[in-house]
Amino acid sequence: MHIDWAALGSVFGVSLAVTVGLVGLFTLGIVGLSKQGTAGGEAGTSAAGGTTALARTGAYLCFALCAAAVAYGIYLIVA
Amino acid sequence: MEHITLLIGIVIITALVFDFTNGFHDTANAMATTISTGALKPKTAVAMSAVLNLVGAFLSVEVAKTISGGILDESAGIKPEVIFAGLVGAIVWNLLTWLAGLPSSSSHALFGGLIGASVASAGFGSINGDAVVMKVLIPAVCAPLVAGVGAMLATRLTYRIGRNTDPAATAKGYRAGQIASAGLVSLAHGTNDAQKTMGVITLALIAGNVVAPDSDPPLWVIVSAGMAIALGTFIGGWRIIRTMGKGITDIQPPQGFAAQTGAATVILASSHLGFSLSTTQVCSGSVMGAGVGRKGGVVRWSTAGRMFAAWGLTLPAAGLVAAGAALLADQGDWGVTTVAVLALAACTAIWMASRRKPVDHTNVNEGHDAEEPGVITTAIAAVIPPPAGLTTTAADTDPAKASA
Repeated sequence: MHIDWAALGSVFGVSLAVTVGLVGLFTLGIVGLSKQGTAGGEAGTSAAGGTTALARTGAYLCFALCAAAVAYGIYLIVA
Repeated sequence: MEHITLLIGIVIITALVFDFTNGFHDTANAMATTISTGALKPKTAVAMSAVLNLVGAFLSVEVAKTISGGILDESAGIKPEVIFAGLVGAIVWNLLTWLAGLPSSSSHALFGGLIGASVASAGFGSINGDAVVMKVLIPAVCAPLVAGVGAMLATRLTYRIGRNTDPAATAKGYRAGQIASAGLVSLAHGTNDAQKTMGVITLALIAGNVVAPDSDPPLWVIVSAGMAIALGTFIGGWRIIRTMGKGITDIQPPQGFAAQTGAATVILASSHLGFSLSTTQVCSGSVMGAGVGRKGGVVRWSTAGRMFAAWGLTLPAAGLVAAGAALLADQGDWGVTTVAVLALAACTAIWMASRRKPVDHTNVNEGHDAEEPGVITTAIAAVIPPPAGLTTTAADTDPAKASA
């Protein structure tokens, strides 16, 4: 009986890392976008505008990375 | 196609019926949490899943080529009767678990059925024991565990990062993410499970000398298998969707997203590394993990326990039914006819039993109330520990309130 522990271990490790990483990234994106909404609503100062833009850029970056991961997933299915 | 005998024709139709029940049974995997968090309307969700399953069926034929996966020793001689009996066992078990609303693995039902039928027909020598353990049993234990742990950690993380935000404001984003990962699960399901049926049909065609050994599935096989699984998905196994989306735990948008992402990741990672695993078990595991991960989240372990029992029973039960069917079918034409009639009768009986308490897209998000014991549910309850008190709150019935 041969059990391929290395393959099992790598499925375990990769799955955990990717799941937690992706969900974390996506959450950061959501949080970034929602901060933008509240900050914009509270005050129109330039400092708030700066962090809003930063948060929004960061959020879009996070979403872009998630989209890339999904694209890679589709590539894995097709390949 | 003119060389297809009546028997091969019956096997193909049976395989397509199994494919239908497979789609029907597994709609829940991709869409249960999407429906229960309100990310998509029930009908929209199953339609999207059906389309993606169909698309997935056309993407690749890799799994179909390795359907027997070394589990069955083909040199022992696989007869169409044996394949037919295996399929009957798988269909009957799929419908029984659907009636009980239990998410169980369609792949295991198929493997169990084929194994049982081969053993009954050709003895234990026809089974590759090592391959069964390595390809079926170990993934069966590991996959839900990995998905569960991943979804649990992801749920913790997402609640921790998002703790200062307004849940109502972020719910929309989570729902969008959930739709994307549910789409991936549907696509992966189409490539995996539709191909299992294609593989079985091809196996039958090879056994009947219609196509050459080691050939790819013909186009009409790919098309019909894809259509059957998509149709089954679209009709929707609402009973199972309800169990997975509401019965195991109450899922909120962040949990739904974490669970679905975990499931999609595990399915893709493992199939990329060569393990065929059960989509159902992965998704159930990740739903449970997401339930444990939320503070105040409650996993109904009684429902989960019945589900685990069904998982354990799937392989032997489908195998036993298939073994009986194989013994009968081996008797010749009248045997095959008898099996077909019995299978049809069983399916009709199960469907009639399901009409007593229908679950469809209108009440899929309602609470998981006590089941009315039908003949078959009673029989199943005799084997499986009955549910303890099932807690149902008002929030269960209102997706908008639950997600607020």
